[in-house]
Amino acid sequence: MFMSRWIMAVSIGLAYARLCDAQSPMLGEPVSEAELADIDYVVLPDGRGLPSGSGTAAEGKDVYEQHCLACHGASGADGINDRLVGGHGTIDTARPEKTVGSYWPYATTLFDYIRRAMPYQTPGSLSADEVYGLTAYVLFLNDIVDENERLNADTLPAVKMPNRENFVWGYEPK
Amino acid sequence: MSDTSEQVPAAGNGLLDRRWFLKSGGALAGATLLTAKAGAAREPWTSVPGTGMSESGPPSRYENHLKRVNVGSQPGTTGAGSSRTPLEHLDGIITPSRLHFERHHSGIPDIDPDRHRLVIHGLVDRPLKFSVEALSRYPTVSRIQFLECSGNSGAMIAPEPVQGPASQMHGLVSASEWGGVPLSALLDDVGIRPEARWVIAGGADAAMMSRSVPLDKILDDAIVALYQNGEPLRPSNGYPVRLFLPGWEGNMCVKWLRTLKLTDRPAMTKDETSKYSDLRDDGIAELFTFPMGVKSLITSPSPGLSLGAAGVYQVSGIAWSGGGRIRRVEVSADGGRSWADAALDEHVLPKCLTRFRSPWRWNGGPAVLMSRAIDESGSVQPTRAAVLEGRASNSFYHVNGIQAWQVGADGEVRNVYV
Repeated sequence: MFMSRWIMAVSIGLAYARLCDAQSPMLGEPVSEAELADIDYVVLPDGRGLPSGSGTAAEGKDVYEQHCLACHGASGADGINDRLVGGHGTIDTARPEKTVGSYWPYATTLFDYIRRAMPYQTPGSLSADEVYGLTAYVLFLNDIVDENERLNADTLPAVKMPNRENFVWGYEPK
Repeated sequence: MSDTSEQVPAAGNGLLDRRWFLKSGGALAGATLLTAKAGAAREPWTSVPGTGMSESGPPSRYENHLKRVNVGSQPGTTGAGSSRTPLEHLDGIITPSRLHFERHHSGIPDIDPDRHRLVIHGLVDRPLKFSVEALSRYPTVSRIQFLECSGNSGAMIAPEPVQGPASQMHGLVSASEWGGVPLSALLDDVGIRPEARWVIAGGADAAMMSRSVPLDKILDDAIVALYQNGEPLRPSNGYPVRLFLPGWEGNMCVKWLRTLKLTDRPAMTKDETSKYSDLRDDGIAELFTFPMGVKSLITSPSPGLSLGAAGVYQVSGIAWSGGGRIRRVEVSADGGRSWADAALDEHVLPKCLTRFRSPWRWNGGPAVLMSRAIDESGSVQPTRAAVLEGRASNSFYHVNGIQAWQVGADGEVRNVYV
């Protein structure tokens, strides 16, 4: 009796699995590696997804002054839009000032965001070297890297942001 | 109009038993009919034929105030900003699509659906791309649910009450019938690798907006939405396809959805770290606080909708929770000293706006109206003070505190802290 129930359960399970398979119209098309390379912008904090190329703050300064200064100001702290620089030591005070330097936990986020969305009027127009250079320049303005420190897919994930340890997770995936 | 002896008090300062609506409904309808029949001459619109049919029906020209409010962008941009739903001018639970709130990071892209693909890749057995036409051939489900920006009601953190219409403070919430394909079906097609835990969603806007979503939520109830209130999504809501995560932060419901990459860890994108994280007053910030808390709001009366003569009014509003159905809404007319159960409209759906109503006999004197929602998990909407407890001074996400409206003797309604 036990066996027959067990066999019945397996049979039903298999039938259900086949039913589910049958229900999907399976209308997705294969994606080539080349297509994936074009659309995959995901960068993880451990550096996976970062492209080849490199840049330093010294190289990024010109790019910043050409593309970023109008909105973020010469110092990165005096523009009409988000403040990128400063606020260090304010996060646990009565007047927290969140900037890239004072608040952001991961340096990879900066590269990821610039590559996706900046410059605001011409996103996607910068080369990987320019994005690395800009990332380095904003980190340099925050005293997080040296002017000639070369950032690339290996060195960027190793940059330790000052506020890294002050984040906790409100959700743990099951 | 109705027999005052039937106005059973339910709480202080004139709140009546919610069943008063049932008792008085007939009397109100009768009075309306009598008034209509009493008119002697025909009004102009009954004296000439009206205008003809049209391909799309605009609202009445007498309802021109029915517009999104606080339409604004960041300096130097035209498309990084938000607009809000005029909640105080709406009734029911469905937000007309044209009035659904907006929050965009680099404007609304003009996407040709024939050229758009949704690509699912990363930790999968076989990456696949889906055309919009292909997605529309999958079995579709309907979800009548709210969508709320987690920055909604952030103005409540201000030290002094901000004065303005309810929509100015709370209009980053809307509800729609969302139609689309359960993401679990598409993930069956690509095959999930065992080490996958997160899904990084990316949009096809100029900001390529991206958020990391736990895989368990995606498999639980996420859909890729193609339809809103019966028609293809409006461009301002993600045409031709958006992610919809019932009850969770609006920012995660990535519009113009283009990529879903399965990963073993979150990407820590700009929005989920530097923006949608909740900073405490001890300097620690919480990441990934996804569900929207239980909340309610009195939309009428509210600032701009002043009261006339003393008498019986309907206090009406909306309640919602990312935790499920609304079980109960209580209303106070005396600043929270006493509470009466509000009547809930017929449609009490999980993770949706629920309409509540309370009859209130205003005596013409000062009053403070408040509403408090309780959801099916037993979560109770907190006070403003409780929400602010332990928060950093400028931390404005996930504010679901009780809103109080002060009614003056002149009938004007103002935001007030109690």
